[in-house]
Amino acid sequence: MDYFLVVLLQIVGAVGNLALISVGLAVIFGMMRVINLAHGEFIMLGGFAAIFSVQAGINIWLAMLVIAPLSIAVLGVVIERLVMRRLYGRMVDTMLASWGLSLLLIGLATTFFGNRVVGIAAPVGSFRIGDYSLGAYDFVLAGIVLVVFAGGYAVLRFTRAGLIARATMQNREMASSLGIEPSRVYAITFAIGSALSGLAGGLLAPISGVLPTMGVAYIAKAFITVITGGASVITGTALSSTLLGSINTVSTFVTTPVLGDVALLLAATIFLRLLPTGITGRIFKGAP
Amino acid sequence: MKISRRLFLGGTAVALTAPWVNRGFAADDITIASIYDLSGGLEIYGQPIDACLDLAVSELNEAGGLLGRQIKVQKYDPQSNIQLYTQFATEAATSLQAATVFGGITSASREAIRPILSRYQTLYFYSPLYEGGVCDRNTFLTGSTPSQTIGQLMPFAVKNFGKKVYVLAADYNYGQISTKWVRDYTAQAGGEVIAAEFFPLDVTDFSAAIQKIQREKPDVIYTLLVGGNHMSFFRQWAAAGMAGQIPIVSTSFGGGNEHIVLTPAESDGVMAAFGYFQEIKSPANEAFVKRYHEKFGDKAPYVTEHASATYNAVHHWANGVKKANSLDRMAVIEAIESGSTVNGPGGPSTIDPKTHHCATDVHIGRAKDHSFEILESFANQPPADTAAVCDLVANPNDNQQYVIQ
Repeated sequence: MDYFLVVLLQIVGAVGNLALISVGLAVIFGMMRVINLAHGEFIMLGGFAAIFSVQAGINIWLAMLVIAPLSIAVLGVVIERLVMRRLYGRMVDTMLASWGLSLLLIGLATTFFGNRVVGIAAPVGSFRIGDYSLGAYDFVLAGIVLVVFAGGYAVLRFTRAGLIARATMQNREMASSLGIEPSRVYAITFAIGSALSGLAGGLLAPISGVLPTMGVAYIAKAFITVITGGASVITGTALSSTLLGSINTVSTFVTTPVLGDVALLLAATIFLRLLPTGITGRIFKGAP
Repeated sequence: MKISRRLFLGGTAVALTAPWVNRGFAADDITIASIYDLSGGLEIYGQPIDACLDLAVSELNEAGGLLGRQIKVQKYDPQSNIQLYTQFATEAATSLQAATVFGGITSASREAIRPILSRYQTLYFYSPLYEGGVCDRNTFLTGSTPSQTIGQLMPFAVKNFGKKVYVLAADYNYGQISTKWVRDYTAQAGGEVIAAEFFPLDVTDFSAAIQKIQREKPDVIYTLLVGGNHMSFFRQWAAAGMAGQIPIVSTSFGGGNEHIVLTPAESDGVMAAFGYFQEIKSPANEAFVKRYHEKFGDKAPYVTEHASATYNAVHHWANGVKKANSLDRMAVIEAIESGSTVNGPGGPSTIDPKTHHCATDVHIGRAKDHSFEILESFANQPPADTAAVCDLVANPNDNQQYVIQ
């Protein structure tokens, strides 16, 4: 019984984790149709930002929740201005450009930070369920993810800024003719997506440590989650994270981590065969 | 010291367009080659190895070199890329005509270059610890193998902590084969491996494994985890409040500087068995560590077993050259086979002529505050695993890696 509860809690943790690493990519891909292959490196740099801040004596929560997203948002603004702005509407070109960027960022991080793992200790302790001891941090993280998703949903659904963002996403020309400046919307969207990637990096730093090449381990999972989710940024990512995270965790518990990943990929393949436009391409259509 | 890529490309270009220039300046020096990953994912293993190779060569040169000639090292950095290994090994054997090659960190890289150097009849030294079984007269292996380390650690763990063992291992040949050895030695010690889990090198989430371990309640956990991503296990183990709850033993922990990178709260108490720890208290080791820090500064990387065995490898080669009074490959091999002992930093390392492996001292250390305290030492452990299948005295033409069942 305790074990069942523990597995259930682990599923919550895994879903939160998957949603966290996917949401930055989802915002940029869903809103702008730009596939940001440097997403994993944004996570990595967010992690470094948090760790260096902590090492400089800054409070760990401030470092993870404020400094990491802010610094990656700034990076996102610069990259949008220098690279992405020139490539809107050319999906393959944005993939190539952001892949190049990903390699560049890995190289720079290796050169300046060294090719070794750095880490910080988790800021919260552990708790017990019967015979089992669990880290509380996973659930703090899941709570933060819940807040981010609820906030994102509310902004897109109920505010004027959200309306403008959704309008630009649906029909750029029409939005433009109604007096909205798409390039500005895109710049802000890219910055927000980058900030969310940075937040993911900051929050993951105590769990996994930070290594210049760590992004590679996340990009594939994040990408699959976003594609499975479909057109709706928030609802889609939340649904697909829940689905894939549960499948992944349950099969990891029952079998091995390798087969857990196999099950995740298999499930995604089947879903995309049945629902080629993602979950929200068919159900919950039009939700933000 | 470090070869930049541009310098290397330039050097290669010169070597390719004007090979006689290369031969010209090499006339007085003995040229040897080293192929270790000094960048990329394996850099953390490669840096101390490279430093110890430099230390050994500079000691030989300061003592007058070999055969009255200075030794010059041509360094290749394969950047953690197996393709570059084969390319550099070919180059070292052909255009460079290296007297010998020191190289390879992972078993995969060793098996990529070993056949090439054998084909070009270039003497080869492989020094990192590995899973055992290589049987090749052209190759000398100075690192420890499972019978030497696991064979001591497992009885120690079963005796002190209990019979039920849970194994966490990296999912490639090193982890898979070593796990077989753990099963074997656990059974011999009267214990039992109740579960073994394998993790690909990119896995960072160990929460399911941590809960499974708590359900199975083993007496001891054996880790064969490798690389930066796998260090997450120790972080998440500590974050789950499990640090110190179940003893952890390992024959990979520390080889990738895990005890330096992790905080003491995460790593203290983990026990590892290696042929070398930097903390070994012996006059030979203290003098060695002092020389090492004098040469490379206080911030020099922690000396791993891989690195100290590389230091031994260079001196084994020098022993052979001195004894043979020649650089001829066969003469040097025969000289080393006739007996070579290096009083290395971890204790004496003695070549076993039948297997070309080394009998070496083995130590069990416990991580404490970013270093290891030595708990037990076992003198002169023979490479019994490889010796069970390989006899190069009887079959000098044998050339394969036995997979020991």
